[in-house]
Amino acid sequence: MLRRHFIASAAAAFPAIAAGHVWAAPQAKTRLLVVFLRGAYDAANVVIPVGADFYYQSRPTIAVPKPDPANPNSALVLDADWGLHPALKDSIYPLWRQKQIAFVPFAGTDDLTRSHFETQDTIELGQPLQGPRDYGSGFMSRLATQLSGAQPIAFTDQLPLTFRGGGAVPNMSVNVSGKPGIDDRQAKLIEQMYQGQPLATSVSEGFQVRDEVYRSVSAEMVAANRGAVSPKGFELSARRIARLMKTQFNVGFVDVGGWDTHVNQGGAQGYLAGRLGELGRGLAGYADEIGPDDWNNSVVVVISEFGRTFHENGDRGTDHGHGSVYWVMGGKVNGGRMLGRQAAVTQASLNQNRDYPVLTEYRALFGGLFQRLYGLDGARLEAVFPQAPPVDLRLV
Amino acid sequence: MRRTLQLGAGLGLAVSAAALATTPARAAPDQAQTLALLNRVTWGATPASAAEIEAIGPDRWLARQLHPGADDALPPAVQAQIDALPISSEPMAQLVVDLDAQNKAANALTDPDQKKAAQQAYQQAMTATAKQAATREILRDLYSPDQLKEQMTWFWFNHFNVHEYKANIRPMIGDYVDRAIRPHALGRFRDLLEATLKHPAMLRYLDNADNAANHINENYAREIMELHTLGVGAGYSQKDVQELARILTGVGIDTKPDNPHLKPELQGQLIREGLFEFNPARHDYGDKVFLGHVIKGAGFGEVEQALDILARDPATARHVSTQIATYMVSDNPPPALVQRMAASFQHSDGDIAAVLQTLFRSPEFKASLGTRFKDPVHYVISSVRLAYGDRVILNTGPVQNWVGRLAEGFYNHETPDGFAMTSAAWDSPGQMSTRFEIARQIGSGSYGLFKPDQPGAGDHPGFPQLQNALYYQSIAQTLSPPTRNALDQATSAQDWNTLLLSSPEFMRR
Repeated sequence: MLRRHFIASAAAAFPAIAAGHVWAAPQAKTRLLVVFLRGAYDAANVVIPVGADFYYQSRPTIAVPKPDPANPNSALVLDADWGLHPALKDSIYPLWRQKQIAFVPFAGTDDLTRSHFETQDTIELGQPLQGPRDYGSGFMSRLATQLSGAQPIAFTDQLPLTFRGGGAVPNMSVNVSGKPGIDDRQAKLIEQMYQGQPLATSVSEGFQVRDEVYRSVSAEMVAANRGAVSPKGFELSARRIARLMKTQFNVGFVDVGGWDTHVNQGGAQGYLAGRLGELGRGLAGYADEIGPDDWNNSVVVVISEFGRTFHENGDRGTDHGHGSVYWVMGGKVNGGRMLGRQAAVTQASLNQNRDYPVLTEYRALFGGLFQRLYGLDGARLEAVFPQAPPVDLRLV
Repeated sequence: MRRTLQLGAGLGLAVSAAALATTPARAAPDQAQTLALLNRVTWGATPASAAEIEAIGPDRWLARQLHPGADDALPPAVQAQIDALPISSEPMAQLVVDLDAQNKAANALTDPDQKKAAQQAYQQAMTATAKQAATREILRDLYSPDQLKEQMTWFWFNHFNVHEYKANIRPMIGDYVDRAIRPHALGRFRDLLEATLKHPAMLRYLDNADNAANHINENYAREIMELHTLGVGAGYSQKDVQELARILTGVGIDTKPDNPHLKPELQGQLIREGLFEFNPARHDYGDKVFLGHVIKGAGFGEVEQALDILARDPATARHVSTQIATYMVSDNPPPALVQRMAASFQHSDGDIAAVLQTLFRSPEFKASLGTRFKDPVHYVISSVRLAYGDRVILNTGPVQNWVGRLAEGFYNHETPDGFAMTSAAWDSPGQMSTRFEIARQIGSGSYGLFKPDQPGAGDHPGFPQLQNALYYQSIAQTLSPPTRNALDQATSAQDWNTLLLSSPEFMRR
């Protein structure tokens, strides 16, 4: 099926001309999905500094035990310093062993407001921290304008800030449960009413995306009828997203909430473990559903607005912090490694005595990734992330 | 034959060529014009509003909309529903104090599970207060005779946006709408500006409650200039932001019954009105230079001076006029129109009704009737108004859900810029297909609108009759041949309703 290509601005419609040479915009060949964990997930209890006694001193009730093959509730070995939360044993850990996921600790933004909204906005907009913000220009929208053949989509009810600006990015939540209320006959009549009108494309594309989502849903129903176990929650969404990314889209965004664990977050088991298990099953389900060939041509980046306090609080939870751990996964990712600058996990290395420092700024990380994925040159990278030189972590 | 409407000289609405082209020969064109005027000035035409404008003529009708009486004059059944809302009887300050106490008690619990449950209960109690505020606003949008006032109330809330989910703003929302915004929606801009400045919802949202001498928080100072008054790029500097922030030090919130402890010489400077407090001990009494004016350190008087300067700045007249014209006319309102509105703003010292009158009398306004793409709130409210007219809904929950699904939920825009008023924000593919789903829900059933939100309440199911007198009298004339053709193929009344609410004509006002 041929989709309308995304043309967000004249800048994207015409090839860039520099020094008398004409360069066409790079192709959006890789499927990129950005997963935003809204609420600031407790990175230190997911990618765990198991080599640091300071971690165990700081978290007397919520720490995850050091790796121990005899204990299913202990961390899984990543390397000498780091371990993975056991709730990810059957989902993310296999990807680590296959070297298809890399973790970037001490990643995040220099925004120190520790406000969820502020910092989420900061990251989604991807603009320099200094100076006024343009809420009409998100970095994924700017990325889409720099690529030819970009087919962006937000798998969300509302168009997220990161896709604001430029052209009409479709947004559609995949959490639909049933058949659309508007049937095919009504859809056809509605399309007829809009024929020749400015909104004709938007209307027909809306029905198209809606039908694609519904087809994914009905495929599941058939599978379920044959005795397959139906996935739930984020895994269900992620598998639907994989089918849509496989066939229709290549620059995607989805968010997952429920990470603001101030109280009683649990350790190897408990609330956060439950959320993580669901996230892991979803991401592994995404890789599974998109299939080996397309997985080799896919990158998933998992981000969050900030990390949390390194010390647990008086409520067996953690409060708003700073540095986080980002995940980069895909068939061709240089995985099985911890990437980016690291610091010893000690009281002295904490930011403001409270939380992880940020050693890899998210815009530099994404910039370096986009350079490798798409071959974006300096001018195009500058357009996506103004005043943010890329850092090449050799992620792919 | 019905009496044809004559639009008065003050309006002198001309029939555009485009309107003529789609107007069947049998129709009286001025009825289509009246319909278009109603759809623009109100939350959507109803049979009763069409009858009213016909009875008194468009000039008197518009004058009434611009200068409504002091009383709301809501239908008794609507007033009774509003009176029954808990937020209508409990004063906001008390509500906030009570909820803060509930929060404190929840946080003091030691058992983690009990604490979590208590914190959830607190969050739910806060959310309930904001939902009541939305109910009150929706009922007024649907049934108030003062439609322009209600529309401008939404506009000004959005202009002075606060986000309900920040901190403890939810219980403040209803009061913010009712006491800071609505009384001034058609009044003086300067009054509106000060009313929002003194409201705890704004002081909390833009952090001025934390702004104190030597602990400067510039957030509100910046947004007042950038969004509320002068507009971005109006030539003010970062230094002006800093100076205004200094002027605003001490302007905050106090929920405690006792006055703050003050030195005797400062006690006369203290101001408390409800939760609003000007605390002289937190104020920077040094002199400031703001937008070229020297402002002597003098306490809250400095704030009054700064607001006078801002409200009278020509940039404010331009910025506010541009915003109103964008909401009311088009994505890119004609500069000449904005200029005339801005001149009215300045001549009238910021009289909002005068600015709107200039707008309504302009040829640009008349030419634009029927062309403005409805944002989701306009779309949903106008659908329910057309569907049920004077029949009062008993549950606003479905309306809140519909606008929420369309991503324009009441009080739910996180950032201070408010919801976008340009069509591009609302006509994306996902938006359109969701809109059609909602058209079907409104068109083919009552969808819980007549089932009160109380345990055991009975429902009154049924579907609306959109093929009504108003349709034959005026709506039919405005429809293009493809729309009529689609309607002719409807297989039932519900199907017909769904198609009409999905039509390109109904997407515009």
